[in-house]
Parts: sequence; structure tokens; C-alpha cells
Amino acid sequence: METTTRSPVIRDGLGVGIAVGLSGVAFGAAAVTAGLSVAQACVLSLFAFTGASQFALAGVVAGGGSLAAGAVGALLLGVRNGLYGLRLSGLLGARGWRRLPLAHGVIDETTAVALAQPDAESARTGFLVTFGSLYLTWNATTLLGALGTSRVADPAVFGLDVVGPATFLAILWPRLTGSGPEARELRMIAAGGAAVALAATPFTPAGVPVLLAAAAVLAVLLRRPR
Amino acid sequence: MSVWQAVAAVCLGCYALKLAGLSAPRRVLDHPGVQRFAALVPVALLSALIAVQTFTAGRALDLDWPRTAGLGAAVVALLLRAPFLVVLVAAAAVTALLRHAGL
Repeated sequence: METTTRSPVIRDGLGVGIAVGLSGVAFGAAAVTAGLSVAQACVLSLFAFTGASQFALAGVVAGGGSLAAGAVGALLLGVRNGLYGLRLSGLLGARGWRRLPLAHGVIDETTAVALAQPDAESARTGFLVTFGSLYLTWNATTLLGALGTSRVADPAVFGLDVVGPATFLAILWPRLTGSGPEARELRMIAAGGAAVALAATPFTPAGVPVLLAAAAVLAVLLRRPR
Repeated sequence: MSVWQAVAAVCLGCYALKLAGLSAPRRVLDHPGVQRFAALVPVALLSALIAVQTFTAGRALDLDWPRTAGLGAAVVALLLRAPFLVVLVAAAAVTALLRHAGL
């Protein structure tokens, strides 16, 4: 067995990629539970390829809400991938047409692995290994989860309706658990966002309450610029 | 808007956002407003999504005990620093068990 300096980053990338990729089964299940077809679930995993946005759209379909508002909410969640791209562009050395395939891999997990590496070459390797393993696993398990769930009469029996919220919580968790005034501000914003969304639910179509929560944060931003 | 149109809009838009990030000049990241927007908006969106998908059904507020307990199990798993997949399995398992028990 050959041991090189690249092996730890490859191991990290495969570990994150396969572990998170396996949760595609949860997305496939949640999407079909929500009322998306197997094909729609698979298209989202192939071409949107960003878990939080995919779960967000599925949630709005489940609520029978405004699809336009759901799409806007999903896209707002996708904005953070754009900011990851800003950080990664120098590290990945992406120029010209090479940007086109690399861009599709810019998500939470690939960014976390790439930014954890000590130098640009292993960052690039970590990004590619995580992207490749996560993409293949996420899409294969989306198909399995969607097909499996489409044969189950009532997916709520298996607790699949809690998988979406649990996914959002796992993504949110590290931002809330820090110490200091910034983490305290983030916890206030999280509590405020949840409260605004719940208060708006009886009066607006599904999808809109989540947008109102984001708008409330923007109002705070504009009032107290730093 | 049909479901397929929403799916297409999300697919195209999410890819465009990723590509825009890789293509934009780096000084955009230095703008403090951009950094604050990036830090705060996802937190509000994610917590709103958790609240809505856990505590509402259609347009009504709805306290579903198995689902609430499943989210509680996810919190416990996160406090124990469990891996991502374990968090999801714990949440679904607790919800399923309580539903099976007839709660």
C-alpha cells in the first residue's frame, strides 16, 4: 500500500462525502413524502445539488404553498454557496471553462474540507474528492430513497417528516453554539426568525413565512449597519 | 407556477449562484455588508424552516409530539457531537417509535 502526503486529505474528503452523501436517502424520502415525483427528486439532486435548498422546496410542496415563494426561499439559501465560491476561487485556481464543472461542487461540505487543508494543493484535492464522492453517493441514495418511499403507503410512519427540520438544525448548529457577542446575536436572529415565521403561518401561503423571517433580518441589518 | 417550473428555477438559480461566486472579483468579499448578509440571512432562513416544518400543518400551528420529540433527539445527538447521518437517523427513529406507540 502506497502512503503519500495526500492520503489524509483523501481520507477526510471520502469520509465527509460518503457520510453526508448517504443522507440523500433522506432527501429522496422527504421529497416523495412531500408530493414530488421520483424524477423531480432526482433532477433536484443532479442539478441543484445543495441539500438545504432542496429540502426547503420540498417543504413548500408538502405544505401546498406558494411555489414561487418556495423557489425564492430555496435560492436565498443557495446564496451562501456563492459566498463559498468567493473564498474558494483563489484556492481552486479556477479559470476559464474549468470553472463550469467546479462551480457545481461549491457547497457546505466541500468548502469545509477545502478550507481545513494546510495548503492550496491539498485544498484542491480535498475539494475534488469530497465533491466526487458526495455527488455520486447523494444522487444514488436520492434515487433509492425516492423509489423506496414511493412504494410506502404512509412515510410519516417511519418518521421521515422530521428529517428535513433535523437537516436544517444540523447545518445551523455550529453557528449557534459559539460564544461571544456574535454568537449571541446569531441566536437572537434564529429565535426571531422562527417566531416571525410561526406568527405569519396562519395568514400567508406556505413558503412566504420563511421569506418574511429573512426580510425581518434584513430590516435589522439596515437599521444597525456595522 | 408548476412544480416542474419551480424545480427548474431552483436548479438553474442554485448553479448560477455557485458560478457567480467563483467568477466574481474577490474584493466583493471584503465588503462588510456582504459578509453580514452572508452570516445572518441563512441563520434566519434555517431557523424559520425548522419552526415551520416542525410546528405547522398547512396554515395551522400544530404541535405533533412525535415530530417534536424527534427534533429533540436531533438536539441531543448534536450535543453529543454525533456525525450528520446519525443526527438524522436518531430524529427519524424517535419520531417513528413514538408514532408506533400510538402517541
